[in-house]
Amino acid sequence: MTLEVKDLSFDYPDKNILSDISFKVDEGDFLCILGTNGTGKSTLLKLMLGILKIQKGEILIDGISSKKFKEYKDIAYVSQKATGFNQDFPATVYEVVAAGLYSRRGFLKFPRKSDRKKIEKALEMVGMFELKDRLIGRLSGGQQQRVFIAKAIVSSPKMIFLDEPTVGIDVNAVDSICCLLGDLNKQGYTIIMVTHDLSSVIHHSNKILMLSENEPCRMFDTNEFLNQNYSSQYPHHKEGH
Amino acid sequence: MEIFTYGFIQRAFIVGFFISVMTPMIGNIIVLKRLSSVGDALSHASLAGVAIGLCFSYSPVVVAVLFSCLAALGIEYFRRFFPRYSEISTTLVLSLGVGLAAVFSGFVKNAAGFNSFLFGSIVAISPAETLAVTLLSVMVIIISLLLYRELFYIAFDEEGAALSGVKVKTINFVFTLLTAIVVSVSARTVGALVISSLMVIPVACAMIISKSYRSNIIYSVIFAVIFTTAGLVISCFWDIAPGGTIVLIGIAALILLLPFRRK
Repeated sequence: MTLEVKDLSFDYPDKNILSDISFKVDEGDFLCILGTNGTGKSTLLKLMLGILKIQKGEILIDGISSKKFKEYKDIAYVSQKATGFNQDFPATVYEVVAAGLYSRRGFLKFPRKSDRKKIEKALEMVGMFELKDRLIGRLSGGQQQRVFIAKAIVSSPKMIFLDEPTVGIDVNAVDSICCLLGDLNKQGYTIIMVTHDLSSVIHHSNKILMLSENEPCRMFDTNEFLNQNYSSQYPHHKEGH
Repeated sequence: MEIFTYGFIQRAFIVGFFISVMTPMIGNIIVLKRLSSVGDALSHASLAGVAIGLCFSYSPVVVAVLFSCLAALGIEYFRRFFPRYSEISTTLVLSLGVGLAAVFSGFVKNAAGFNSFLFGSIVAISPAETLAVTLLSVMVIIISLLLYRELFYIAFDEEGAALSGVKVKTINFVFTLLTAIVVSVSARTVGALVISSLMVIPVACAMIISKSYRSNIIYSVIFAVIFTTAGLVISCFWDIAPGGTIVLIGIAALILLLPFRRK
């Protein structure tokens, strides 16, 4: 699955946030969208997902305009607010991950026996199988984010969008989530991730889109990005990802 | 025990059973979406429907259902103008319902008939109303079960649900209409002023002991059936308002369960 953004611009009533952005994501890419607060990272992600309406330009998913895109089962989204849900919500880890299968099942179609295996496999992939019967609100932030990643991959999507998935999570959990995303990428999932903290994830990405205020956006190959004066900040990056 | 051989008592228990099964099914979503005030607004709108129905000699339950549905649409309409202050729209509809109920209740010849809708009455349920409430309850229960996964997903993560292809606006609209039906058909037995409590209290009790969303629904239905049955039995023997009795039993149970709340 590919994604192509062409001459995309977006204004809020009081601010121009994105201007003539163009880039392409190929199958198997791990793209990090980087930028400081207010540069439009989350806005760009919401435009790609169709949560916000495109004002100018176009987004093509597998060559089809995002406005006509209906293949919900091929994409998954882990939002910035994923761990900001009602912590007293009486849902188990299993029930939350099962909700992720909706895009594959659809309206008024009940789960099949094979769905149980899919849910258990997704939970095993993120290392949360043992906690499947726990209430989601009783888990740590890092564990909750793993559950939301399991919910995203349970429908076997081709592309996963993540909006700041490591915000509010302790440092060790951040590293383990970034490793998990790297592993998923190696298994063939295309990943598009918004972040303002590149240090943990840069080892796993292969493309970086840099958004800046009052400057055109720039797309880098990760190695190229590191070589252009950033290597001192990210010395642990493995060459030749 | 002879009292349970009377037709009107049997009807009250039949209606009470169906109401206590359907009310928490809707109440779960209301509570989890933090929309408890919607139940209040719709119940007051249904009261306006009762008053107008009694004034013009129409079936008060039918007019109450109509008014509750209109009120539900009104909440959605007003919410567009105050998207960040959704409580304004519910308060507007609640005020409109109270205002209309107050004005038209002055023209109701049978004041006792109107009062029976405020706090419920087990002697007032006719065979036709029993049939109507039973059919509507079965409809609400079936639709709630069919939309189980959609309602769960929307209550848990509305944005995620929309991205997964859930028709959020349609489901929310259907759900609001179901809420309006539940509120108005329950008004006769438990009373318009306490129906929103019956939506919330069994769910609150279930949340103390449940270990999943599914068990939360099952426990809340069990609690509601117990509270309603006990409330109707007590109101039969002591001739007191069933709605108030049911709610007081529920509150007492909730207080007893609170020490068992998970930390």
